[in-house]
Amino acid sequence: MTFENLLEIWRETNIPFEEVILTEEMVETGMDPVIIKNNMKRLVEVMITEAEKNYGKKHESLTGLTGENAPKLLNYSPKLLSEFNYVATLTALSTAENNASMGRIVACPTAGSCGVVPAILYALKKVKNASFDDLVSSFIVAGAIGNVVAKKATISGAAGGCQAEIGTATAMASAALTYYFSKDAEKCGHAASLALKSLMGLVCDPVGGFVEIPCVKRNASAANVAIATAEMALSGIESVIPFDEVVDAMYRVGKMMHEDLRETGNGGIAVTPTAKKLVNDIKKRWI
Amino acid sequence: MSMLDVVGPVMVGPSSSHTLGALKIARFAYKLIEGIPEEVEFYLHGSFAKTYLGHGTDRALIAGILGLREYDYDIKNAYNLAKNYNLKFSFIETDLGDVNPNTVLIRLKKDNKINEVQGASIGGGAIKITKINGVDCDLSGDYNTLIIVNKDIKGALENILRIISVNVANLYLKRTNILEGRALTILELDEKPSNLNELNKLECVIKYFYVGSDNDDI
Repeated sequence: MTFENLLEIWRETNIPFEEVILTEEMVETGMDPVIIKNNMKRLVEVMITEAEKNYGKKHESLTGLTGENAPKLLNYSPKLLSEFNYVATLTALSTAENNASMGRIVACPTAGSCGVVPAILYALKKVKNASFDDLVSSFIVAGAIGNVVAKKATISGAAGGCQAEIGTATAMASAALTYYFSKDAEKCGHAASLALKSLMGLVCDPVGGFVEIPCVKRNASAANVAIATAEMALSGIESVIPFDEVVDAMYRVGKMMHEDLRETGNGGIAVTPTAKKLVNDIKKRWI
Repeated sequence: MSMLDVVGPVMVGPSSSHTLGALKIARFAYKLIEGIPEEVEFYLHGSFAKTYLGHGTDRALIAGILGLREYDYDIKNAYNLAKNYNLKFSFIETDLGDVNPNTVLIRLKKDNKINEVQGASIGGGAIKITKINGVDCDLSGDYNTLIIVNKDIKGALENILRIISVNVANLYLKRTNILEGRALTILELDEKPSNLNELNKLECVIKYFYVGSDNDDI
C-alpha cells in the first residue's frame, strides 16, 4: 500500500478519507471495518485515559534517569508556547515518563515513541474540545500514515534509527491534526511529509539502552514538530516531495546508518562521557 | 500487515522488545504448563542479560509466568505478586550460544515435573518460541499451538492428524529420544480443536500440551 493509492481512491470517490482507509484495510486484511474501528476507539480511549491520569505527574522510572520532567513543566507558566503546544508538550512528557516507569501505554507506533500521538489527541480534547468521534477519525488517518511507513520501510529504531520511530509518530500526529481541521487527505500527506523530513536522519541512541534519555524529551519536542508542520500544511504549504518518496528516502538513510546508531546504545548521545558515567552509576547500584 | 499492527498494542512500558516480548514468552510457558509453577529459573542471554533491570524485563517475565496480560498495571508489582503466589524465581545471566540477543530460556518446575521453553523477543512485541523441552521450533505464539509427545512409531502422525479436526498452519516433527522411541510433534492451528481429549485415546500419544492464542480477545 502506498499513500498515493489512498489519495487516488479519495480523489475519485469523494468518500471521507477515514472511510477510504478502513475500506482499504478490509480489502488488504479481510478484517471487518467495524472491528477495526472498535479497536481504534479502544486505543484512543486508553491514550486519553492515561494522558489525563498522568498529566504533569511525577514518575519513578526503573533507572531513575527520568521521571521529573512533566511536573517541572506543569509548575511553570509558558513564555513561548501556545496553550495547545503547552498541553501537547506536557502530555508527551507525561506519557513517555509513564512508559519509562512501567505504566500502561499504547505503542504508537512503538513504546519509545508512545508520547507524540496522545499529545496531540489530548491537546485537541482539552484545548479544542474535540469530540471522541473526531479524535477517532483523526487517529485512523494517523494509523494509515504509520501503516504506509511500516509497509514501505520500517518503524523500528533497531532497523531504521529514531527517525523510523519518532519520525513516524510525528508524521502520524501531524496528519491527524491536519485531518481534524481540514478533512483534506492531500493536506494530511503534505503534513506527514513535512514532519518526517524534519526528523530524517535521527539516530537511535538510548543511554544504557534504556528508553529514557534522550527518548522522553524527544517525544515532547516531536509533538511540536507535528504541530508546526500541520499548521504549515493547513495554510496550504505543500511538501514538494510526496510522502511515499519521503518514506523511501527515510528507509535508505536508515539502511546507511551504522549499527552503533540503531538502538544499540553504542553511539550518539549514549557514548558521551556523562552518559557513560550515568550508566556506570546505575550498574553499581544494581550489583 | 494491518494498521492495528502498527498502532497498539496497549501495553505496559518501557520497551516492546524488552518488556512486552519478554512477558509474552513467559506467558506462553505459563499456558504450556497450565498454571503457575512452584519454581522458575530465567536464563537471560545477550541484551536481556545486560539490561533486564532497567527495562523491567525481570518484572515482565515474572508477570508472564503468573499469567498476566501485557496491559495489566500489576506487571510493575510483579515481585509482590510472586510473593503472594509463593513463586520461587531466579534470574541467571548466561550465554545461550548463537541465538537472538533478546533470548530467554525458562525452566519451570510444577508438580515435580520440569519443562523448558526458550524464546526470543524479535522486535515490536513479536516473539519466537525457539525451543520446547530441547526441541527446536519456530512458533509465533499467535496461533493455537498443540505440542504432543508421542511414540516414534509408524502411523503416529497420521493418527494424530485424524483426530485434529481443524486446519493445520504449521507443523514440526522431531525424533527426540531414540532409546525411548519418543518424538515431539508441534502443530500450529487456525482454531482450537473441540475434541482435544480424544488424543488421550491414541496409543501413540504419551502426553500433550495445548497453548491457546491470546489474539482473539483484547
